[in-house]
Parts: sequence; C-alpha cells; structure tokens
Amino acid sequence: MSIELKQVSHTYSEGSAFQSVALKNISLKIEDGEFVCLVGHTGCGKSTLVQHLNGLLKPTSGQVLVDGEDLNGEHVDRRKLRQRVGLVFQYPEYQLFEETVAKDIGFGPKNLGLDAAQIDARVRRAMERVHMDYNKYAQRSPFELSGGQMRRVAIAGVLAMEPEVLILDEPTAGLDPRGRDRILTMLEELHREGGTIVMVSHSMDDVARLATRVIVLAHGELVMTGTPREIFTRPERMEEIGLGVPDAARLCAELRRRGLDLPEDLYTQAELKEHILRAWKEARRAE
Amino acid sequence: MLNNITLGQYYPVKSPIHSLDPRTKILLTVALIVAVFLVHSLVGYALLLLFLYAVCRVANIPFKMLLRGLKPLRFILLLTFLLNLFFATEGKPLVQWSFITITDSGIRHAVHYSLRLLFLVMGTSLLTLTTSPIMLSDGLELLMSPLKKLHFPAHELAMMMSIALRFIPTLMDETDKIMKAQMARGADFETGNLIARAKAMVPLLVPLFVSAFRRAGDLAMAMEARCYHGGEGRTRLRVLRMGRNDLVAALCVAGLIALLVLEGLLLPGGLF
Repeated sequence: MSIELKQVSHTYSEGSAFQSVALKNISLKIEDGEFVCLVGHTGCGKSTLVQHLNGLLKPTSGQVLVDGEDLNGEHVDRRKLRQRVGLVFQYPEYQLFEETVAKDIGFGPKNLGLDAAQIDARVRRAMERVHMDYNKYAQRSPFELSGGQMRRVAIAGVLAMEPEVLILDEPTAGLDPRGRDRILTMLEELHREGGTIVMVSHSMDDVARLATRVIVLAHGELVMTGTPREIFTRPERMEEIGLGVPDAARLCAELRRRGLDLPEDLYTQAELKEHILRAWKEARRAE
Repeated sequence: MLNNITLGQYYPVKSPIHSLDPRTKILLTVALIVAVFLVHSLVGYALLLLFLYAVCRVANIPFKMLLRGLKPLRFILLLTFLLNLFFATEGKPLVQWSFITITDSGIRHAVHYSLRLLFLVMGTSLLTLTTSPIMLSDGLELLMSPLKKLHFPAHELAMMMSIALRFIPTLMDETDKIMKAQMARGADFETGNLIARAKAMVPLLVPLFVSAFRRAGDLAMAMEARCYHGGEGRTRLRVLRMGRNDLVAALCVAGLIALLVLEGLLLPGGLF
C-alpha cells in the first residue's frame, strides 16, 4: 500500500492564544517496500507527521491518501486503517498494561475480533519477530522486564496487528547499545521480508544503516528528501540545519582531507571499513 | 483530542491586573464575593456587571472568556432558578395551576439566587483568568503563613498544590499519548455501552497510574537531591511586594462595596 501526503499542514489549537504551527505544506509519498527515515530536530514536526499517516491526527489543510483514497473522507473506517498502518509511539513501553506479556501483545488482535487460537498464533509470531522467547516470557508480567525487553514487547503489540506499514517514532531512544542493536536488527529483518517501514530517528548512524530514503524536516517544513547517499554526501547542508551526518561519513571526509584515496560517497561503517582495508592493502603492496 | 479541556483557565497576556500581587487579588476576590451578597436590587447587579466588565477591559481579557466560564454551570443555574421559582411558599400567589404555585417572592428569589451564583462564578473566574496557578499557590501560602504558628502546614499545602497543578498538563499529555497508542492498537474509547466503555478505560488508566507513580518517585528523588527539606528557612526567587497598583485596586473594590451598601440603604428591597 502507498501513503501519500498532499500539501498537508497542521496547526495545534488553531484560533486560540496557544496556536502553534507544526507542519507546513508537506507533500510526500511512501511506496511499498521502502524504509523511510524521518530526521529533524526535536519539535520540527516529525511526531505530528507520523500521526497523520494513520489518521490519529487530521490535517488542518491538505489531504492524506492511502492507496489513493482520502483517509479523512466520510466513508473511511479509520480503525480498519489503523490495523493496516501500525504506529509505535515514542517510549512505547509506557503503554503496557496487561497482567502478562502474552495478553498485552494480544490486545490488538483481540480488538480486531479474532478468536483465541488466532490471537495466540499472532502473539507467538509477533514475539518471535522481536526475538522474545515465548516459553520464557509469555506468562511473565510486562512490568518486571528490563527496559529494552519492555520496548520489544510493546513493538510486538503493534506487530501482532500484522500491519502492512510499520511506523516507529524513535524506537531506540533511551536504550543501551545492545537493546538498540536488537531493535535495529529486528527492523532490518522486517524490511528484508518485504515490510514497508517509516522510522523517526535522531541517530544518523541508525539512518545510514537502515534507510532506503531519507526525509529531512526543519521547522515543520520538508527541506530535503533523497537516498541516504544523496543526503549524507552533502554534509554542509546537513550541518547548516544542525543535524550532521553519520560518523562514517564524517570520518571518510576527514581521511580524504588527509590524503587517503577514498570515494567521497561513503556513509556506512561497513562500506568505509572495506574501502579503508582495500586502500591499506594496496599501500602495503606498493611498498 | 484533550486540548479542549483547559484546567486552570489562566489567560496569558500582560496587564496591570495580571501583575497585581496575587495576595491582593485573592483578598479582593473574597471581598467581591461578600459584595455579591450585599446586593438587593437589579441596580446593584448592574453596578457589579459594569465593574466586572471594566476589570476585564483593564485586564486585556475578552469579556467572552468570562461568560464562557459560565457554560458548564448552565444546568445548575437553571435548576437554582426553577427550584426557587416553584418551591417558594410565602408571598402573593400569581399563578396557580394544579400543584404549581408561582408567587411574587418566588420570582424574586429565583432571579436573585441565580444572579448571585452567576456573579460568584464570574468574580472568581476573574481571579483564575488573570493569575497563573503558580502565583495563586504562592499567594495562598503567604496568606496562610500566619497560621504556621498554630502548626498549620501552609508551605507543604502550597507545595502540594503547585506540584499537582504543575503535573496536570503533563498527565493530560500523557493521557493523550497513551490513548492514541492504544487506539493505534485498535482500542475503541468512543462506542459501546457504559460497561464496555468502563472496561475500555483499563488500558488507559493502568499505564497512566504507573507513569504517575514513576513521575512522583522521580520528582521526590530530584527534590531530595537538591536538599529540599520543607518550608523552614526557605527563601523565594520572586519576592512578592505590594505596590501602588495594589492600593488602587483595593480602593476600587472598596468604592464598589461602598456603592453597593449605599444602594442597599437607598433601595431597600425596591426595584425587584
């Protein structure tokens, strides 16, 4: 399924003393199988934007089209839509409420009206996807898990809805490196299996590792969009917005400045490592 | 979704009324409440209305805001009016129809009591519209501080009040967020019968309570880390001082009360 935003603007508390513009005239399209990363400063409108993608917020003006149909039209069943577009909020572990992990993950499927066997099957599948052992954790209380585990349970709760598009708002915020790596690996796998993913992130390294397309927001406006290679090989523009580029891209630029022969469009650690090794071997051979 | 509920209806603009000492405003509001009970005629209510309107102008607040505060009270107002209208026993009966009797003093009471209620709410709204919750609790603390001699925990009460007020918007945001998160998982808060709706609140309330307790724990820790130990010997960042404007405001209210007393003497029970 595709999601398209047409000149979407959003103003909070319009017409009151507390009015604030969060989005200005945003147009973009998210296609099947993409891994789109939304980057920008805190308060630039990222979180507002993602809430438009599944109809939790209505645009003040403009349209959100899902498969060409206006999401805020009169005959659209928004609950059905929310099943197709799964949204994982920031710090999703704060939404856990059930007595057991299995019941919590099953909350979504239960709301869809599935029977017990189907719910159980979905819970098992979702837990497997987030690398949580069903036999070990299903009957535990979600409140006695570690922060990283709680986060994965919460993500499983959305995955159990089996959405076609998965949206995550800073899924790795506040996690230790291991918890973070687990989430990123999981997302990588989901994308490889053909899922469409939209991720909001502050970490350019995470973006470099996963994105097929990057969208840059600043002050509620869309300022840049392109492949990570296009975005990260223009570090000046990114610095100007105050966002920076992945560590690997910075290191690459610095090594080039010091005379190492490297291509200028490297931005992932893996690529950079390969090129540095190659350059090093060539240099040794030349000696 | 929840931003149409404004708890603490503070209207953030700059005005001479806003910058009055909160103690002045609290005391004058009390005086105004007393004044409402002095009124005995429609002329008096007209005076009060004029006064409130004038304060609104000086405070840079649209008069509409004051009237909007009455909206949630419309049923109570109506009830007050009807009860007084139908259940008055004394006075000259004007209308008599089966069990309903409307007397002249019944009408009088109905009009008076509903107008009183109306003005009480408008008067106190003026206070909350022009005084931020923090200033309000500061003012209350200082006003209550003479009671400390009687071991009345004035500082602690004010601190609790400001913390509670401080966390209302935070918890509202949190509620909004959790609600949306559960809606994203197909939760339905809007349809179904009473029991279904009460049940639907569980996924909202459990995380909300968990987070409120977590926040309370964090806050207690942070306060202790900064050596908070209660009101003893504590100084303030903003020291409240009464100034010329406070005197002017007090004189205005005193003038109003004098006029109302005069009105009571000149028109005892007259003109309604």
